[in-house]
Amino acid sequence: MALIDLANPTRFLDLVRRVLPWLIAATVIAFAIGLTMAMNAPDDYQQGATVKIMFLHVPAAWLAMLCWALMSVAALGTLVWRHPLADVAGKAAAPIGAALTFTCLVTGSLWGRPMWGTYWVWDARLTSVLVLFLLYLGVLALYWTAEDPNRGARAAAVLVLVGAINLPIIKFSVDWWNTLHQGESIFRAGGPEIDPTILRPLFAMALAFLLLFVTLHLAAMRNEILRRRVRTMQMMQAQTA
Amino acid sequence: MTAFNALLMRDIRLTMRAGGGALMGALFFLIVVTLVPFALGPDLALLGRIGPSILWLGALLASLLALDRLFTSDFEDGSLDVLLTGSLPLELAVTAKALAHWLTTGLPLVIVAPVLGLLLNIEGGAMDAVALTLLAGTPALTFIGLIGAALSVTLRRGGLLLAVLVMPLTVPVLIFGVSATNAAVSGPVPFGPPFTILCALSLMSLVIGPFAAATALRQGLE
Repeated sequence: MALIDLANPTRFLDLVRRVLPWLIAATVIAFAIGLTMAMNAPDDYQQGATVKIMFLHVPAAWLAMLCWALMSVAALGTLVWRHPLADVAGKAAAPIGAALTFTCLVTGSLWGRPMWGTYWVWDARLTSVLVLFLLYLGVLALYWTAEDPNRGARAAAVLVLVGAINLPIIKFSVDWWNTLHQGESIFRAGGPEIDPTILRPLFAMALAFLLLFVTLHLAAMRNEILRRRVRTMQMMQAQTA
Repeated sequence: MTAFNALLMRDIRLTMRAGGGALMGALFFLIVVTLVPFALGPDLALLGRIGPSILWLGALLASLLALDRLFTSDFEDGSLDVLLTGSLPLELAVTAKALAHWLTTGLPLVIVAPVLGLLLNIEGGAMDAVALTLLAGTPALTFIGLIGAALSVTLRRGGLLLAVLVMPLTVPVLIFGVSATNAAVSGPVPFGPPFTILCALSLMSLVIGPFAAATALRQGLE
């Protein structure tokens, strides 16, 4: 099935109906495996048990950035190709991305308290993730204030594309500036610095988070399509009444 | 290019002759700076240390709050539709409007900043640095704010929404503006690198701002 076929909302809803139960099952299994692996992972020799926060913190951070990247693609779809599903995808992704960014900030600050001795420091990576969170809220504010959903979607698409400049800044902030947040330790030349006993549960948790994101996103897109249908039906009813 | 100049002159004239013009932003700037000692106490040593940051913050707020009306009045009297359908590319038209806005709002802020620096006990050398960084940085604020102004006019909402949308995007400008100033005043870091990055940010927003704003207007007002 090509992407263009999904422009028909009924076909898309059909696909979601068939795929969603499997995705939910896969997410539950992935979290069961990931959490078990995370619980059984050895403590860090320096950080002790607090290293387990990483299994929530890092996948949430990855997914928060992936979500904005997905919104950027959806924004291009809205502005360039006028794909009807694109603005539904963008709108459905924004609250999930905001929640993931919030999770990343909260877990990070709970991890920072025992390790760095403070909940918050104004270092480059923390600040740029906070800016990402503010950008998510800005996009949400645009959707909330727009009276006409189509116009709101296009305005949000412009903002998403402009905000995408923040993504590389987050990604490379730890390399460009000397920060308290540790440098890139997984996707680096010469292989990861993290021990495989911790790296394997991390990837399992990342997969679980990815599945959770896809599940939530598809469900939110379905809800958005249905919400628009309800709105149209209500307007038609109001006209004929 | 004549259409560009005509639009530029029209906007400058409109701002100068109606609605307080250039003085309004500068007045707001003065009030913000006056409020700070009331909030922090009149400790001159403290004010001298944080003065440059206060000037930057005040200039940021003043130039963003003035952007609210950039497209609204044109939208209300219909001249925005003329710009949309005119032969001058919308990107250039938007650039002319932003340039006029910077000349009537941003530039006065840079000019009054040294005077306000006296109130905040900023020394001469540091004041030069603040004025120079403001001169290099305020265009970035205007052209980033341009995107927010275009977005909020298409949604017919202004005020807080514009600030919420634009302020996160202005963070890098603030960071490098203040760090260049601090480098000139006290810092072990040289003044050059943060200042060149600040100039780069201004040039980048000069490119991105008009295109994003024109897209937002075209998409939103059709």
